[in-house]
Amino acid sequence: MNDLLEVQGVSKKFADFQALSSVTINVPKQSIFGLLGPNGAGKTTLIRIINQITMPDSGKVILDGEPLQPHHVQYIGYLPEERGLYKSMKVGEQALYLAQLKGLSYKEAKKRLVYWFEKLGISHWWDKKIQELSKGMAQKIQFVVTVLHQPKLLIFDEPFSGFDPINANIIKDEILQLRAEGATVIFSTHRMESVEELCDHIALIHESKKILDGKLEDIKRQHKTNTFEVGLSTKHKTALKQTIAERFDIATADFKSLEDDLKLNIKLTPNDSSEDLLAFLSHNASVNHYKELIPNASEIFIQTVKNNGL
Amino acid sequence: MNHLPLIIKREYLAKVKNKSFLLMTFLSPLIMVGFISLVTYLATVNNEIIRTISVLDESEFFKETLISTEYTKYHYLDEVDLESAKSLSNQASSYGLLYIPNLPIDSVSEEIKFLSEDAPSLTFITNLESKIENRIKELKLEKSGVDLAKIKAANTNVNLGQESYEGVKTSKAGSFMKLAFGGFAGYLLFMFIIIYGNLIMRSVIEEKTSRIIEVIISSVKPIQLMLGKIFGTSLAGITQFAIWIVMIGVLMVASSFIFGVDLSATTQQEIMTEAMNNPAVNSELQGYINDFRALPLWNLIIAFVLFFTGGYLLYSSLYAAIGAAVDNETDTQQFMIPVIMPLIFSFYIGFFTVLEDPHGSISTIFSHVPFTSPVVMLMRIPFGVPLWEQLLSLFILVVNFVFTVWIAAKIYRVGILMYGKKPSYKELIKWLKY
Repeated sequence: MNDLLEVQGVSKKFADFQALSSVTINVPKQSIFGLLGPNGAGKTTLIRIINQITMPDSGKVILDGEPLQPHHVQYIGYLPEERGLYKSMKVGEQALYLAQLKGLSYKEAKKRLVYWFEKLGISHWWDKKIQELSKGMAQKIQFVVTVLHQPKLLIFDEPFSGFDPINANIIKDEILQLRAEGATVIFSTHRMESVEELCDHIALIHESKKILDGKLEDIKRQHKTNTFEVGLSTKHKTALKQTIAERFDIATADFKSLEDDLKLNIKLTPNDSSEDLLAFLSHNASVNHYKELIPNASEIFIQTVKNNGL
Repeated sequence: MNHLPLIIKREYLAKVKNKSFLLMTFLSPLIMVGFISLVTYLATVNNEIIRTISVLDESEFFKETLISTEYTKYHYLDEVDLESAKSLSNQASSYGLLYIPNLPIDSVSEEIKFLSEDAPSLTFITNLESKIENRIKELKLEKSGVDLAKIKAANTNVNLGQESYEGVKTSKAGSFMKLAFGGFAGYLLFMFIIIYGNLIMRSVIEEKTSRIIEVIISSVKPIQLMLGKIFGTSLAGITQFAIWIVMIGVLMVASSFIFGVDLSATTQQEIMTEAMNNPAVNSELQGYINDFRALPLWNLIIAFVLFFTGGYLLYSSLYAAIGAAVDNETDTQQFMIPVIMPLIFSFYIGFFTVLEDPHGSISTIFSHVPFTSPVVMLMRIPFGVPLWEQLLSLFILVVNFVFTVWIAAKIYRVGILMYGKKPSYKELIKWLKY
């Protein structure tokens, strides 16, 4: 059993609004799984179904080989996008309360909280009320509360919102650390650079349907167009451009370089390999720049949504 | 996992540690007792003013009628005319001048005047009028040759001895006691629902606006959270009520010493001893005691606990659902009306119908309709309601309670995650199907 979480054909309808239609995803153990999609696509509904906040109309969810049951909440840590804490309650008290709701004993919760508060250098917040803290400070406490009961499955919905770059980095490192310790992470965000940085699997949901999923590397491989970005140094730019255009599809490229090069995006024909292109170019000019264009997550996201939306 | 005790504990502590709650708890009795004491004190002070009334009685009909008392002195002016009487009265700075012209008894009543600098107190005038009326009536009766002594002898005061077929003695005073019992129970429930129902509603809204709700319901079932909230807040309410009762009791005794309002036990004891020695009063007192004993006390206590709990939980689950359905307190108005209406309605039925006719069809019906039954039944029980009726009503209440909590929990479950717009009733019904 390599998947910690299997969502099998889950559908959910709210009155006339179809929030999810037959969504199936598999989240491998110890992966960081990016759950992507435009606003209103159904991500939050799916996350809520995994958290047993909402019940699906059909389909099932399997956690660690077992169909989802009420007691599973203690194996899941959930940081919702809409999050907050009791404003007039002291930080320590409410962290203890929330930890106990996740099934920890008072003693154990206290021990772990002291550890985490020290680790993040926030011990002096213990007796403060949330209303005295800034938004970023409150977010930190929420993060601690989410991971405190050492859940097998962590679900973060926009975990970095509200953090400055320094704190965002601290949280990112903690997430990676938790993964290294055995946790599986589902990560929902619109910030594609953090997807690029963290996720090894992604699923893309659009208008209630899953339209793409798999390993990020595989998806990138599927989406690459065998296009190469090249910079060529030559005295006869126009002539060279024509020579290349006779054999390949070309487009003007724009990237920074020190030389006054002919900059082109060149697409391979099905009959050619990268070596063939490089040999052809070297024969005609000196090659200063040669790079395969690999689509980033953001481009894949936009393209896939566009293709499916129209 | 059962987190109910944990949630109840948090809700309870969050309420009782709240500053405004503490302020309310300890300040309200102070304000209330302070107010009562002030009013009582002022009333006593006011009564101690001695009023001197100048009387110019040219007819000489009223010499024996208007007798000076401790606080009202009648000063008769003789051998003066109205004008000098006025100035005399004014010089003596008396309360006013009562002028009775010299006219025959049949026509004098229309010409009697009370002259004063300031407008006289209404109770004083009414009192004076009735004295004069009685005197004129006596004089007229005498004039037509009626023997006043015989009339006085014929006056009878009837106090019907009430007794049930089983031989249990009751009285008007007993009815009053029942009314007081029922009224107090009904009123208490009414107040409790309004005060603490609102508190529950606000605490649900607070959880929504602080956005902690989603974190919590990823750990516990919404219905557990809702019930925990209701129980926790109710316990805080009971604590507050208990403190109020104790504080009001203590403060009342304290203020009676400070303001010298006579509440001391000695006077009451005196009256009691006196009453015991006086056979007539003794029997009346015995009647009170019998009435009290005749009240179905155990039935009252048990029924109070059951109907109070049932009624309160029923309404508070609705309050919780309303809190979940809206984003802020101003939006609650439209949903409050259907909740408050049956409550006020049952209160009116209680005071106007039950007291008039405790076993009439309206009283009986509404003591079984779930949303009115707690208040109406609590008011009816002191008048004696058959056990099976109480049980039936309670059964209907419990069934309805379960049903209402189920509905409320559904609205709650969906509502707590809904932000941004105030739902309509139509949408609420849709939520039930989610």
